[in-house]
Amino acid sequence: MQTLLDIIGGILLVSGTTFLMLGGLGLVRMPDIFNRIQAGTKATTLGTLLTLAGIGFMHPEWSVKLLLIGLFLLFTNPLSSHVLARSAERSGVDKTPKTRIDAFAEDHGDPS
Amino acid sequence: MIESMKAGTMTSERDSAKLFASLLIFWIMLNGTLAIDTLIIGVLACLAITYFFRDSLSYLTDFKMTPQAFVAAIKYFFFFLKELVVSNVRIARIVISPDLPINPGIVKVRTKLTSPMGRLLLANSITLTPGTLTVEIEDEWYYIHWVTADATDIEAATNKIVAGFECHLEVMYG
Repeated sequence: MQTLLDIIGGILLVSGTTFLMLGGLGLVRMPDIFNRIQAGTKATTLGTLLTLAGIGFMHPEWSVKLLLIGLFLLFTNPLSSHVLARSAERSGVDKTPKTRIDAFAEDHGDPS
Repeated sequence: MIESMKAGTMTSERDSAKLFASLLIFWIMLNGTLAIDTLIIGVLACLAITYFFRDSLSYLTDFKMTPQAFVAAIKYFFFFLKELVVSNVRIARIVISPDLPINPGIVKVRTKLTSPMGRLLLANSITLTPGTLTVEIEDEWYYIHWVTADATDIEAATNKIVAGFECHLEVMYG
């Protein structure tokens, strides 16, 4: 039984860390701050949740605490991403030339 | 947002009780014990937090305590998980493709939700779903950074980004 749980946990851990790695890769490859926030902070949401779930399978006695950590992550992660993006937009950080539309600058004038 | 929260003292007392209860449950789960000294510390800390943050938003604020709302909350949770997986895979695929097929833009969308907590949860859900990121909220308008901005007009963008979450949150918070 424990072996089975360990195997499931291991698979979840590997897939979780794969997503985390892709998040890190995205941080390097994306062209501007907004796209970096998208890749770096949020491709990691699923990665971290999967990692936590994997640990939960390996150590079932920790699962309540792991669940709480997951909840904290789900509540705090979007706030920090949002604050970063908002201050970047307000201070007029340059966007990649690929940007198709900027409804915020159209409505509020371009601060840069 | 805050003005409307301070409207009635009756509701704020009930909200404080709910906040205190959920904090205490959280504390007990975190400690995994019902020992008396742990409980006393927890009650004191929860009372202090409830006192200082009694006018702040909590996830229970405005939650409609109806069976439909609970069903909607469960549906919302599973819809959210599905979106999380689908969009994570989509972003991962973009990151590993050699030509980086992004098409970013900040689009404007509109929500039907009126309660502050509903709007906050909607903004957070949008942000947590990779590919979309809430940049600014102004009343019913959201400015959203979108990695693959397929639709640039308000209606189409609203349908693509907001509608799925909104239909559940509408039942939960109104």
